[in-house]
Amino acid sequence: MQELSLNILDIAQNSVRAGADVIEISVEEDHALDRLIIQIKDNGCGMTEEQAAHVTDPFFTTRTTRKVGLGVPFFKMAAEMTGGDFSIRSRVGEGTVVRASFGLSHIDRMPLGDMADTMCCLIGCSPEIDFVYRHRVDGRSFTVETRQFREVLEGVPLNTPQVMQFVREYIGDQLENISGGKA
Amino acid sequence: MKSLAELQALRDSMKGRIGVRDDAEGNIRVVVGMATCGIAAGARPVLTEFTKEVEKRNLHNITIAQTGCIGICQYEPVVEVYAPGQEKVTYVKMTPEKVSKIVNEHLVNGNPVLEFTIGANAK
Repeated sequence: MQELSLNILDIAQNSVRAGADVIEISVEEDHALDRLIIQIKDNGCGMTEEQAAHVTDPFFTTRTTRKVGLGVPFFKMAAEMTGGDFSIRSRVGEGTVVRASFGLSHIDRMPLGDMADTMCCLIGCSPEIDFVYRHRVDGRSFTVETRQFREVLEGVPLNTPQVMQFVREYIGDQLENISGGKA
Repeated sequence: MKSLAELQALRDSMKGRIGVRDDAEGNIRVVVGMATCGIAAGARPVLTEFTKEVEKRNLHNITIAQTGCIGICQYEPVVEVYAPGQEKVTYVKMTPEKVSKIVNEHLVNGNPVLEFTIGANAK
């Protein structure tokens, strides 16, 4: 992975697969504390304590197509090599929270990358899920909720390419407005 | 800056033209592999390029979707095209540059781009 936004896309895919209907993604860039915090929270099927303890092991996966599961270990490694930390909390039937912190100015921290692209991939492929995307840069922040878009659209599908193009530009503008996503 | 008012205007211009459902006859499904292997190999810009190309050409009978790992990680990014009346076509080692040719020749004109398929690339 070359960008943290790709890790976010990858981890959020687990939430989609867990059958979540609300997925909250938050990114916080705090220059005073020199910290970048990324959290992905879902209300999907969750995991047992045993499963949650094993997902950071690359040789653990519930999938049957192959023997390895690298998504979570990649994300954990990306955080830890910048002096950050990683946690996963999960409860069967309630959902999962994945949280990672990064040293914002650490030389080994990957760039955040294109968050608008990541959100559009998620929204376009799972238009029925409520995505909530919060991004904060020091004192400035915004929240984008797909529920809001759906209310305006009155039945026009969210994943219509023309609508997705709007969503991409809308998120891009919001990011620019708070000087976010440049990290 | 884009506002929700603009989305409203877009909605009004699209209403009435929307009648095609995902499972409607004649609908083509483009499925991009978006597991860890696909994403790490560059699936996101490929999916984005499909969305942009379909938007640019104003095509209305195409659904872009995703799937998990289908087990051929060494060929990622993988894109499968399901067109009615045709066998599934699997494109491998996809790049954004290959997308417009596939949209043009396969999705619009119905002729799979053989040189990009797994059959032409498997060793």
